[in-house]
Amino acid sequence: MSAEMKTVPLDGAHRALGGQMVPFAGYSMPLHYGSIRREHLAVRERAGLFDVSHMGEVNVTGPGALAYLQRLVTNDVAKLTPGRALYTVMCHPDGGIVDDLLVYRDQEGYMCVVNAARHDIDLEWMGQCATGYDVQLGDVSADTVLLAVQGPQATGIVQSLAAGEALNSIRYYHHRFGEVAGIPVRISRTGYTGEDGFELYASAAAADRLWSALLEAGRPCGMIPAGLGARDTLRLEAGFRLYGQDIDERRDPLSAGLGWVVKPAKGQFVGSEALAALAGAPPRAFIGVRLGPREIPRHGQPIYHETRQVGEVTSGSFGFTVGAGLAMGYVEPGAAVPGTELRIQLRADPPQWATAPVVALPFYQRPES
Amino acid sequence: MPDLSAYRFTKTHEWVREEGAGEAAVGITDHAQSQLGDVIFLELPKVGARLNAGARFGAVESVKAASDLYSPVAGEVVAVNNEVVTAPELVNQDPQGQGWLIRLRVDGDLPSDLLDAAAYDSFAQADSH
Repeated sequence: MSAEMKTVPLDGAHRALGGQMVPFAGYSMPLHYGSIRREHLAVRERAGLFDVSHMGEVNVTGPGALAYLQRLVTNDVAKLTPGRALYTVMCHPDGGIVDDLLVYRDQEGYMCVVNAARHDIDLEWMGQCATGYDVQLGDVSADTVLLAVQGPQATGIVQSLAAGEALNSIRYYHHRFGEVAGIPVRISRTGYTGEDGFELYASAAAADRLWSALLEAGRPCGMIPAGLGARDTLRLEAGFRLYGQDIDERRDPLSAGLGWVVKPAKGQFVGSEALAALAGAPPRAFIGVRLGPREIPRHGQPIYHETRQVGEVTSGSFGFTVGAGLAMGYVEPGAAVPGTELRIQLRADPPQWATAPVVALPFYQRPES
Repeated sequence: MPDLSAYRFTKTHEWVREEGAGEAAVGITDHAQSQLGDVIFLELPKVGARLNAGARFGAVESVKAASDLYSPVAGEVVAVNNEVVTAPELVNQDPQGQGWLIRLRVDGDLPSDLLDAAAYDSFAQADSH
């Protein structure tokens, strides 16, 4: 039995631009438009335009919305004022991560933005957790497009289409409703690349107009469309976890190095007891290892410390900006101290190993402007 | 696009092109580079290495995967393309021209079971699905 491949509203635009379409989370999505390397470097040097409309958006409204979200997610939603957003995870009672997500606060309620691959599972879970709360969940994913403009030129490009907005006044993890190219959008200063930029949420009906306007506006300074391949190499350099690779239901946020989004002082939430029990000594530690320019680690490869396997790679690829193979993964906490020399098995037959020390994440940090 | 009548192909997606004077250039096909994605580095033999037809002579590593390289012909390596070592993206951009990998002094004739361009094309199309 095969699932039907879904398409995003901009499917035709991606194909017309030479998008190499691949299945991702049940959607046909552009892996790249010619070269992952070229798109990755464009984002760091100028700007890239991503279509991430496959992601899910769920409105959360009603008198019980805050109480519900406080129970659902690990981070402290009460600290959000309208116009702010936060990054968090939501857990099962055993502390395993259901998904990582953004929570936005507006005047009338909240919006959660979830991973495409977890959309159906998240909606099911969020629905279950809503029992007993006076809250309405509205899945607007199908009607929403999400375009990300990322890179040092991103602000200028979006600003050129938004005369009425002072975009520089929108701080990181803040958002506001406005108009870009005459199209009503939620303008969010967020992203998944480690560069400055905006994520723009718009009605699906406006997808082609918004995409075209952004491409045109970005052309003079060399913005190009960028696909999921570059999205992955960029986020890896920036040390961002990817659900399904670095985090999943078998991992807890403390082991994943996401203790900073776990706020037990806010009160009980799903998984808070399990996480409190782990708090002193999480079973694993999430680390980064930077290899050489001719050593590319891959998901699943074993990580050794001296003679013993102590963990495994969960994200492995090549960082085009740092010019090195990069691995993120989990090891026993004793092997996680930066500087600890680890060995990653790149190949089983014939055996090939890479040796490198644990480094603090991120691998890449954009220069302060 | 180079004149493909001078090329022969393997089912492991390498091409060989006779250069005269008993030498031939070897590389990977456009189909191969498209399947591999961005090439990050290549492992290539040293000048002087002797290869049998079908022998592994190196590897190409891309964002997606590592893939072994197999020699279409028997011979001795007389040149290695240093340009693809410093600019591996050449293999993606011009796999059957500037992205050549090695030159061999060929032992004898080209194997008879190499594919011509049309036969390789059909093979590669079937291979993609």
